Amino acid sequence: MSTILDPAAGREVLQHNRAGRGERFLRGLRTPGGGVFILLLALLVAIIVINPSFGEPESLIRFIGRTAPIAIAAIGQYFVIVSGEFDLSMGSVVAMQVIVAGNLIGDDDSKVIPVLALMFVLGAVIGLINGLITTLLKVPSFIVTLGMMLALLGLVLFWTGGAAQGNPADSFRQIGRGGIEDVPVLGIIPYPVIILTAVAVLAFWLMRRPYGRTLMAVGDNDVAAALTGARVWWVRTRAFMLSSLAATVAGILLVGYAGVHPSVGRGYEFTAITAVVLGGVVLGGGRGWVLSAAAGAFALEALFTLLNFMGVASTWRPTVQGVIIIVAVAAAAQSWQRKRRGGSAAAQSEQQRITAAPEPTEGTDKGGN
Amino acid sequence: MTTTRSAARATPTAQAGGFFARLSSTQIVYLVALLVMIAGSILVATTGRNFFSPGNISAILTGTSVLGFIAIGQTLVILVGSLDLSVSYVTSLASLIGAGVMANRSENVLSAVALALGISAVIGLANGLIVAGLKVHGFIATLGMGLIISGYLATNYKGSFGQTPFSFRLIGATGLGPVPISTLIMLGCATLVILMLHRTRIGHHIYAVGGDRDVARMSGVRVPGAVITAHVICSVLAGMAGLLLASRLGVGSPTVGSQGGYDLLSIAAVVLGGTLLAGGKGSVVGTLGGVLIFAMLDNIMSVLQINPFLKDVVRGVVIVVAVAVYARRTVITRPPRFGHGGHQQELQP
Repeated sequence: MSTILDPAAGREVLQHNRAGRGERFLRGLRTPGGGVFILLLALLVAIIVINPSFGEPESLIRFIGRTAPIAIAAIGQYFVIVSGEFDLSMGSVVAMQVIVAGNLIGDDDSKVIPVLALMFVLGAVIGLINGLITTLLKVPSFIVTLGMMLALLGLVLFWTGGAAQGNPADSFRQIGRGGIEDVPVLGIIPYPVIILTAVAVLAFWLMRRPYGRTLMAVGDNDVAAALTGARVWWVRTRAFMLSSLAATVAGILLVGYAGVHPSVGRGYEFTAITAVVLGGVVLGGGRGWVLSAAAGAFALEALFTLLNFMGVASTWRPTVQGVIIIVAVAAAAQSWQRKRRGGSAAAQSEQQRITAAPEPTEGTDKGGN
Repeated sequence: MTTTRSAARATPTAQAGGFFARLSSTQIVYLVALLVMIAGSILVATTGRNFFSPGNISAILTGTSVLGFIAIGQTLVILVGSLDLSVSYVTSLASLIGAGVMANRSENVLSAVALALGISAVIGLANGLIVAGLKVHGFIATLGMGLIISGYLATNYKGSFGQTPFSFRLIGATGLGPVPISTLIMLGCATLVILMLHRTRIGHHIYAVGGDRDVARMSGVRVPGAVITAHVICSVLAGMAGLLLASRLGVGSPTVGSQGGYDLLSIAAVVLGGTLLAGGKGSVVGTLGGVLIFAMLDNIMSVLQINPFLKDVVRGVVIVVAVAVYARRTVITRPPRFGHGGHQQELQP
């Protein structure tokens, strides 16, 4: 089957039908995925009002560095959620990687690179197992990754006896702890910030590649995606692998921050899912922007910082987190609904706008080139 | 077009006529339970003990009661197409309220039970209203509700609290022969829920809403009613599990629910029992089979003195393998929609 349009003309028509740049930007902000950036900005302003020293570039960049692990985990979880599945094994993968690093690297600097490679392979294999059981054996991903979470954490605790153990070489801990020093204005650029930027750029690029488009289509309607020729099982399996790899990166960064203990990473899966959902990504798949998921993680962390500065007891943190996610998702659900009904004034005017349609050319109904 | 989907449909339907495929998922669950029982009795016998001694049977049945209460409620919530991740915190809260109000006085038992179950019901009502009214996914609504309660618990209770009187503690301690009273109460609740699902209008509505919410709504089913009912019953049953734990421990504890991991384990038991995670298909009887499998596994591993950390590994593997057994089976035996895969072939380029 050939397309009716030749590509160049199609692009021209698309361009013509598009709204102005500013209008598109404003419309984007009104979606849940855009709204999270406004929420993040509001939270940051509130923090700076309470504690002006937070606004200095140095403490801002440290805040970004502190949030990097959870933001990276959220980006990984995004791939799985947008394909219509869950990954509950993330926290256990983080714990496992932390313990692997602690026990296998030891004081030996020369072991850093091989163990890092081993950790990435382990992460990819866990993702592969999760994905294959979900897609080929048709077990719901909730159950698969729940089983993986129990099994992995059990193994890690069995291995360590439940206590903190091992201490990786300092050069390894520097990945999560250190940074490029003596930078003008900022003072220091922590390595986690650089890694987060790289991961975010890669994720953004990947979602614009054919793989990302297919992933989104699979999450929206896997039957339709299968009928158009997508290999659904492989697309989803790779999403699980990306998620486990992201958990691996988060684990590497956390070794520098939190040290080696099997409780590192506990609850990470639910925090990551919360961040992704806060970023306007719809559970069930097919909708949402990858950078909004990362912004959701920042909003969550900013919220905790704000509560800290306001002197709220840390035991109330979960309560506030719970209220926020329910309110945010409820608001998002209402806004998607409005959009679907086309009831808003903006949608009405959009429908009445004169649009250019492609002129059909002769002989195109025969098919073939 | 060689996707797994068409490959699965293309498998010869002759296979589907076999003995295994004719079993319902509930029958398979009990078959698995039987296998676990046989394997368990052999393994336990190697240590020189009797798997079927009254003491051991009583221990297994005791193990089913707490998870049983929660899993029955979870079945309703999953059937209606939602999830409940707040159950373990409701359990903790109910144990604290129950033990706190009783304060070691028998005359307070009734009011304590009423208050604990009442507050559980209010939490369930809130869950249901958020899911049905605000259109929030059940996963998020109840995760949020669980976080809200956990913050309250962490702020207000530092350790165990209150005390249950001796008369109330008897519920957790006595039994008819080898069958504990708590298990009988749990089975009574299960019977009531089964009757509700199969004999009442709201029960049929729960299945209908879980099968397809939009179709149910267009057929005149009041969707919010079914969702809210399922959530309220689920939370009340979680509250009963909390009261049972309080009667067993003698005190209320803010961590008793989350330590048990009842939220995720109950979901696993429900799915193990053959209920579809997406809702609309499944049964309470199957769930009870799933709970029984978990209780027997726990018992066998305790008797064999397996490292407690390795227990989680075994549990995780069993959950996935058991669900894989019939998750695959339902795919294979689904009747081809257009003859013997003829439609699929037409689509081939």
